[in-house]
Amino acid sequence: MQTIKTDIVLDARGLACPMPIVRTKKTMKTLEPGQVVEVQATDKGSTADLRAWANSTGNQYLGTIEEGDVLRHYVRKSSGDEQEAPAFKSIVTNETVETVRNNPDTLILDVRETAEYAFSHIPNAVNIPLGELETRIGELDTSKTIYVVCRTGSRSDLACQQLDAKGFNVQNVIPGMSDWTYETNQTV
Amino acid sequence: MTHAMTTKEVTQKIIHREKMFILDVRNEEAFQDWKIEGEQFSYLNVPYFDLLDGVEDILDQLPTDQAVLVVCAKEGSSIFVAELLEEAGRTVSYLSGGMKAWSEHLEPISLGSLNETGADRGEVVQFVRIGKGCLSYMIISEGEAVLVDAARMTDVYLDYANERQLTITHVFDTHLHADHISGGREIAEKTGATYWLPPKDATDVTFEYAALEDGSRVQIGDTKIDVRALYSPGHTIGSTSFIVDERYLLTGDILFIDSIGRPDLAGLAEDWVGDLRESLYKTYRELAKDLVVLPAHFMLIEELNEDGSVAEKLDILLVNNHGLNIEDEETFRKMVTENLPPQPNAYQEIRETNMGKQTPDLEAQREMEVGPNRCAVR
Repeated sequence: MQTIKTDIVLDARGLACPMPIVRTKKTMKTLEPGQVVEVQATDKGSTADLRAWANSTGNQYLGTIEEGDVLRHYVRKSSGDEQEAPAFKSIVTNETVETVRNNPDTLILDVRETAEYAFSHIPNAVNIPLGELETRIGELDTSKTIYVVCRTGSRSDLACQQLDAKGFNVQNVIPGMSDWTYETNQTV
Repeated sequence: MTHAMTTKEVTQKIIHREKMFILDVRNEEAFQDWKIEGEQFSYLNVPYFDLLDGVEDILDQLPTDQAVLVVCAKEGSSIFVAELLEEAGRTVSYLSGGMKAWSEHLEPISLGSLNETGADRGEVVQFVRIGKGCLSYMIISEGEAVLVDAARMTDVYLDYANERQLTITHVFDTHLHADHISGGREIAEKTGATYWLPPKDATDVTFEYAALEDGSRVQIGDTKIDVRALYSPGHTIGSTSFIVDERYLLTGDILFIDSIGRPDLAGLAEDWVGDLRESLYKTYRELAKDLVVLPAHFMLIEELNEDGSVAEKLDILLVNNHGLNIEDEETFRKMVTENLPPQPNAYQEIRETNMGKQTPDLEAQREMEVGPNRCAVR
C-alpha cells in the first residue's frame, strides 16, 4: 500500500455528528486551495455526510479507508483556478491516452496529490505531485513521450510547461481523471 | 434547553393523524431512502452541514402554527440545529435518539380479547415497529404468553411481560427474516421458552430449535387459546402462518394489508413464486373468511387503523388486495419476480445473523437494520 501524503491530519475520532464535519470545515479554512486533509473519524455516518458536504461545497471528496474502527477520509480543498484555459499547446484527449498507454515509449505521469492518485489512477501511471515535480524531475525517463494527467488539465498544464522547459517530450491530457471512463487501479 | 420529543410521542402523533412539520437534517440520500412517515406530516430536508453557518436561510420555510421536529441520524446534529433555531426565536423540538431510536421504537397495541365466551379472556398484542414497518405479536392467556416474530429489542417484550406478570412459554419466527434481526432466540434463552423455526428455513442455522411444521400446535394457559401452524411457503421456503384461537391469521411475510410477500430475498424467486401463488390463492382461500389477518409488516402509514393497529379481515383482503386478485399466473409470476423494489439494507448479513453464523455487536446490528423493510411487492 502506498503511503498517502496529506497536508494536515484532523483527529475527529470519538466525536459524534455534527462535530467531524464542523471540525473539517474549520480545518479547510486554514488550507490552501488544492491541499488535502485526512480526517480521522469513528462516527460511521461521517462517510456519507462528508461526501455530501464536500459535493455541496465544491470540495473534492477523494475516498475513505477503513482501518478497524477508524475511518480515514481524504478531502481536497477546491482550487478556484482550474477553469483557466491551458497555456501549453500540445494537448491530447483521454481517448488518445487510452490507445497509447501500453506502448513501450509511453509514460503516463499523474501530477495529482498522492491521496487522489491512491483512490483511482490509470494503470501503470507514475505519480509525482505537481509540488514535488521540480525536485523529482530526475526520476523521469527522457526517452519517452510523457502524457501528463491531473483531474481537469490545469495542474498538468503547469507540469507540462515545467517539463517542456527542461526538454522533455510532453503532452497535456485534457480533461484528465475527472472524466476518465477506462480502466483504473487503486492503491489503498 | 431545547425540547426533546420521544419516539413514543411521535408515534402518538402518527396514530392520531396530527399535523407536524419535520425538518430532517440528514444528508439527502439518507432522507430519500427512509424518513418518518405520517399522514399529516410535512417535510423539509436540509442537511445539517449546510446550516453550520446559521439557519436564517430556512426560517421562512418553517411554519409557526404547528409543531416543528428536527430529526437527524443520532440526535447530535438535530440538537445543534434546534439550538440555532431557538436562538433565532423559534420553538422547536428534536427527536430524542434520532432515526436510530426511531428504527427501534416498538409501540404495543392491544387488539382486544380472545375467546370471549370463556371466563378468562386471552389477548393479542401487536408490537408496531413504526419506523421500519415491522409487526410482532404477543398472544396472552392466563399469565402465559407466546411471541411471534419478535424484533431484536428484546427488553421491550421482556419488560412488557414482566409488568403484566406473564411467563413467556414459546417464541416463534414465521420464517428466517432478511430485513431485521430476530430477537426470538435471545428471548427464548433468557426466559427458558421454546424457540421454534420452520426447519426448511433453518438448514444452515448454528443453534438448536424446535421444528415448526404444518399442524404444530401450542396451547396458552389452561383455556383453549391455541396457536396452530399452517405451512404457507413463498416468501421463503419455510414460511409458516399461524391461526390463533380460530380468530386471527398471522401471515408473516406472505400476505400484507395492501401488498404481498416477495420471493427473492434468498435468491430463489423463480423457484418460490409457485409456492407463493399456492399459499395466497389456495391455502388462504380455504380458510374461514372472517379470520382477521395480522401481517408481519406494513408498508404505508395509511395501513394503520384508527387505533394504530395493522389488521384486516381476510374476506376484505380477498377483494381489495391487488396481489390476491391476479387471475393470470404468468402476470402474477412477472409481478413478483420483475420490477421488485430494492432489497433491504444488508439483507444477506441479516440472514446470516439470524442463522447464528454472524454475531455482530449492537452498533453493527443497528447499522444493518437501517432503512425500511422492503419485504413486499405491490
